Amino acid sequence: MLHCYGNYLKWADDGRPNPLYKNGEEMSGAVPWNEARAQEIIDAHLGLEGPALPILHAIQEEFGYVPEAAVPQIAQSLNISRAEMHGVVSFYHDFRRAPAGRHVLKLCRAESCQSMGSEKIAKDFLERLKLEWGGTVNDGSLTVEAVYCLGLCAHSPGALYDNEPIGRVDAEMLDELAAEARNS
Amino acid sequence: MTKIYVPRDMAALAVGAKRVLAAIEKEAAARGETIQIVRNGSRGLLWLEPLVEVETPAGRIGYGNVKPSDVPSLFDAGFLKGGAHPLSIGKVEEHPYWAKQTRVTFERVGVIDPVNLDDYVAHGGGAGLAKAFEIGPAKVIEEVTKSGLRGRGGAGFPAGIKWKTVADAPADRRYVVTNADEGDSGTFADRMVMEGDPFVLIEGMTICGYAIGASKGFIYLRAEYPQCAEVLTEALEAARKAGWLGPNVRGSGFAFDIELRIGAGAYVCGEETSLLESLEGKRGIVRAKPPLPAHVGFMGRPTVVNNVLTLATAPAILAKGGEYYASLGVGRSRGTMPLQIAGNVKYGGLYETPFGLTLGEIVNEIGGGALSGRPVRAVQCGGPLGAYVPPSLFDTPFDYEAFQKHDSLIGHGGLVVFDDTVDMAQMARFGMEFCAIESCGKCTPCRIGSTRGVETIDRIVEGVDVEANIELLSDLCHTMKFGSLCALGGFAPYPVESALRHYPEDFRKATLPAAAE
Repeated sequence: MLHCYGNYLKWADDGRPNPLYKNGEEMSGAVPWNEARAQEIIDAHLGLEGPALPILHAIQEEFGYVPEAAVPQIAQSLNISRAEMHGVVSFYHDFRRAPAGRHVLKLCRAESCQSMGSEKIAKDFLERLKLEWGGTVNDGSLTVEAVYCLGLCAHSPGALYDNEPIGRVDAEMLDELAAEARNS
Repeated sequence: MTKIYVPRDMAALAVGAKRVLAAIEKEAAARGETIQIVRNGSRGLLWLEPLVEVETPAGRIGYGNVKPSDVPSLFDAGFLKGGAHPLSIGKVEEHPYWAKQTRVTFERVGVIDPVNLDDYVAHGGGAGLAKAFEIGPAKVIEEVTKSGLRGRGGAGFPAGIKWKTVADAPADRRYVVTNADEGDSGTFADRMVMEGDPFVLIEGMTICGYAIGASKGFIYLRAEYPQCAEVLTEALEAARKAGWLGPNVRGSGFAFDIELRIGAGAYVCGEETSLLESLEGKRGIVRAKPPLPAHVGFMGRPTVVNNVLTLATAPAILAKGGEYYASLGVGRSRGTMPLQIAGNVKYGGLYETPFGLTLGEIVNEIGGGALSGRPVRAVQCGGPLGAYVPPSLFDTPFDYEAFQKHDSLIGHGGLVVFDDTVDMAQMARFGMEFCAIESCGKCTPCRIGSTRGVETIDRIVEGVDVEANIELLSDLCHTMKFGSLCALGGFAPYPVESALRHYPEDFRKATLPAAAE
């Protein structure tokens, strides 16, 4: 089991909480916010040199995102200011400040994938779902995010669906994934 | 019992290796065959993935592009004994793509079980570290310096000199940090070595730690590689259990341990000072240099920050000798480079070879040209900060200095092929856009310049004051190149300038007379 890893996915670009998300129970694998549990997680990492990122990853793995309430709590434990901690959380693309949909699809937009037509495939797919990059479909089943290189460049275009890599992505595969997300 | 190799490499998984494995296990059970599955890394013949290999007395026989639906017919053809089948590529080691390579860093990648230490040792692993303990720290640095090994992350700084600087810096403690934040598009060599032979990185870091007097190492791995994190975690546990890491490494009395850290999606953290900030738990903001990380690095202590490939090459250099490694390559580019052939290309994969092949040989002969079957129009070398090279420069030999002469760089050895449908003005725009998204924000040329670059290219494409705006863009590129703190802002102009220089027509489409259409 990987500690300090897991649901390290980007938070929605608009930063607003998903209205369909109720206290975390709809997010697969995530639990509702719990201050005591958060403190346990923080305390478990305090022995590390430079523990902030491992703590944030573990918090996000547990709760599905980095709740606003966690920021002052971590800051207090690390003896840094809230502003500094907020700065850390907001610097990294991967820390979500609101929960994502039940499934997360990351589509690569880097050069190698562009050489195989990824931009058009992604644009058409987002149009079919009526989404912008980083958005979540209305039923809360799928969040679609941009990513810049997954190291699948010999099988471009590449994608990650709930951390499962996919190569040679095309429109049909994406529609299948969206349908699968809706039904699970 | 027949050994069957089904890769666990992320690229193989991306094209269905897991489903193929399930189909093989199911079919074997149904037929009452006993098989032993080995989850190896990838050989790097990526266009053939999933590449299933079967161990036979005559050698390992490969079956390429296997789909789950092919599995029953493979059993029917007697593939457990290496039987003939349309998907068979024969002996993998005799396949030209493999046989023509000079594998040093990637010697065991795809060959062994990545998390089995016995398999690692049986294939020559551990010899470098044993040699290091035998000759002592100073001689280790001498050997690495003699090999001519240069940092494989892109800057090409001599590794031996960096190690010596850290070893000579007075300090209460020192650190080894592996930069595994492989964010460049078109590169996957770090990922492949970590997924296919993680012990070589562990051994390389241990050698470095021993040479410079460090007892702690970090691997800073990008978050986009979840499978890689799994392999590394397993390997680190196995190494600790077997006494390859810990208070007394292999009975030498030397204490060393490695911690795996996961990044959080910031491309700029591949820059060494930004990486160190991130490792310390701060925003990944670039530090001004000097002081160099070799003097003031992680937690203010002298730190070696090396790319995965640099450290993973150290064991082979120690085992085979610095002179052996230096005997490969050309000019001041010594040794081998794992080329990553990617993008719109027929035979995409990893190809380790001594420096000196020409770009044309790599793209057209090894890579087989564009996958689309159309003519190749551009190759981007060295990731999103690398230049676009047109076919007219395909006679350029692949080495650090020859590339520099054309104002381009080999970077991490990634080559992304584009066919003639590419719009180079759009690629230039993307170069600036990417820099704007990923800029850490510390210095103005990068933070503001990239956004202004996007706007200027938009105006050029729309046909607004084209020539004046192209001049402005060139001027902006110059400012970014020489005014930025780190390589992100400093190299982002390379793709833009090379596109302007080699593909001027793409920037002037709006002003071309209609007759030219």
